[in-house]
Amino acid sequence: MRRVRAAAAPYLLALPAWIWFAIFFVVPIAAMASVSLTTGNLLEGFQQTFSVSNYAKAVGQYHTQLIRSLIYGGIATLIMLVLAYPMAYWIAFKGGRRKSMYLFLLLLPFFVSFVLRTISWGFLLADDGILFGPLKSAGLLPADFHVLATDVAVIGGLVYNFLPFMVLPIYVALERVDPRVVEAAYDLYASRLAAFRRVVLPLSLPGVFAGVLMTFVPATADPVNARILGGTGNTMIGNIIQTEYLTNNDYPTASALSFTLMAVLLVGIFVYARSLGTENVLEAAAR
Amino acid sequence: MTGIQAGTEAAEAASGAPQVPAIELDGVVKEYLAHGEVVQAVKGVTLAIAEGEFFSLLGPSGCGKTTTMRMVAGFEEPTRGVVRLHGQDVTNVPPNKRDVNMVFQSYALFPHMSVWENVAFGLRRRKVAEAEIKRRVGEMLEIVDLVGREKRRPREMSGGQQQRVALARALVNRPRALLLDEPLGALDLKLRQAMQIELKRIQREVGITFVYVTHDQSEALTMSDRIAVMNDGLVEQLASPREIYERPATAFVAGFIGTSNLLSGAVDRVESGCAVLKLGEHGRVLVAEASRQAGDPISVTVRPEKITISTEEPSGDISAVRGTVSEVVYLGLYNSYAVRLADGAEVTVFQQNALDSTSTAERGDAVWLSWQPHHSYAIGS
Repeated sequence: MRRVRAAAAPYLLALPAWIWFAIFFVVPIAAMASVSLTTGNLLEGFQQTFSVSNYAKAVGQYHTQLIRSLIYGGIATLIMLVLAYPMAYWIAFKGGRRKSMYLFLLLLPFFVSFVLRTISWGFLLADDGILFGPLKSAGLLPADFHVLATDVAVIGGLVYNFLPFMVLPIYVALERVDPRVVEAAYDLYASRLAAFRRVVLPLSLPGVFAGVLMTFVPATADPVNARILGGTGNTMIGNIIQTEYLTNNDYPTASALSFTLMAVLLVGIFVYARSLGTENVLEAAAR
Repeated sequence: MTGIQAGTEAAEAASGAPQVPAIELDGVVKEYLAHGEVVQAVKGVTLAIAEGEFFSLLGPSGCGKTTTMRMVAGFEEPTRGVVRLHGQDVTNVPPNKRDVNMVFQSYALFPHMSVWENVAFGLRRRKVAEAEIKRRVGEMLEIVDLVGREKRRPREMSGGQQQRVALARALVNRPRALLLDEPLGALDLKLRQAMQIELKRIQREVGITFVYVTHDQSEALTMSDRIAVMNDGLVEQLASPREIYERPATAFVAGFIGTSNLLSGAVDRVESGCAVLKLGEHGRVLVAEASRQAGDPISVTVRPEKITISTEEPSGDISAVRGTVSEVVYLGLYNSYAVRLADGAEVTVFQQNALDSTSTAERGDAVWLSWQPHHSYAIGS
């Protein structure tokens, strides 16, 4: 009897998490899947017709925004990777005793709300705001120069908001690299560049993988940056879903859009994991 | 005689002709800045290691042996002094340009590479032709008995196997010298003893100079041609294992290597080339120190296994002291006796269980301890 209870302990401990997962993930997903297969409107009610017309509408009408979101998310992720890797490398290997302070500085912006920070960027980048206003009156910039309401502002906002999620996993991976393994590479005639390429970089790839996942997915689906920093030509799929839900009350279309986005992201992640997340990549890097 | 001369002479004796030492350290000092204070990890080491020698740096942790080795490998730059490899000054040469390889304490294998890729790493960095790499890696894996495990990852292997991969990864480059930093520390006793013999065999087979860092005295005694015993950043004694065991130069060496008894007193008289120490009423210790004068303070060491226990007073020109047995410990191969002398000093005696396992003395017995004059050694400090 005791043995049975002991064996059940881990499952019992995991039970709250499973219940949470069921209530807040499985049920809403199932509900959304069901809504995406209904037809009708808010006044006359929605009928479960199992029609896929909503998906046809989602892809047919909004593919521009979907593709734009993927491009914005992709570019933002690439820029974050280029910025985050040297940052994480520097903190992990040159941070010394101040490591935790640098990590704290990195996370400091999180003490202010995501939306507020993005609105602040809106002020900074405004056409006649505190940054460009003086430059324009000084004649250093043409009068029609603007950043706000362009794709530069939206992608910049995404990079700014999600950068720590790229830095942290890469930092953790680099931190775990045994310095003696790097010394062993030098000892075996590797130059600094070769030691980085053959040893440090491959050993940090799991962190890069996690970082890309943690930034690409939310950046692609993000509605806040496009709404606050973008113009009418920068609408992302997140904005469309929000509008369909909250303004148009077209729940079936919004649900179908959400599912389409999720499917596209899942396929993308799967392809990415197969090409980068496996040991074959490490094997190739070893050569 | 300084260490460097000692090393050079040993090298000449080994080959019969003058030869450039494989490794030379000349007045090497390493200082660190720790909490705003200068700490000397190595306080001036001068020594020469001959080509093909199995040389050990032996000492307790923090004695500077690992720092000394890291300066040879190039991971640390000496604050002062010169490091030479085969006569060439390499003091400021980075590790990837030095013709020595290292076996790390925790092996430091590349976790993302197979055994084969680990071993081939150095050859690839040196742009050796692929066919040559194939041949040499295969050959080396045969020497360390890892054929058939080429595709394994380090984490899929036992400690002993990982250790052999680390050895192969370094040796495959045919370095002029191999540096080993406590390479057997993580293995259990049985495996460690097997690997000691294995290392010695491999060293004979490849004929490369081995520099071995360890805190394990039995390991150093088993494998080394010569040992440098280090303490507090300095070399206390540099000699063959036998010399170090039989004739420890300092009290530290005597205490660190094996068990040793230390007897102190003043010289009573000098007769027939021996200084005689009086211990108690009837006790006397003879030591071959003709240059001493009556009244000189002197410390003498004697190994426990050199001492004979008897109930009768021994006669002749030998050391003999009287005491009471305070402890008898049966250790299988031998008995260990603790004998308390009249002045309170305790002497350890080992007596082999060769004939029968019955003890010659019991706790509380009054006994005589005796040993030959040439088993006593006067030590410096």
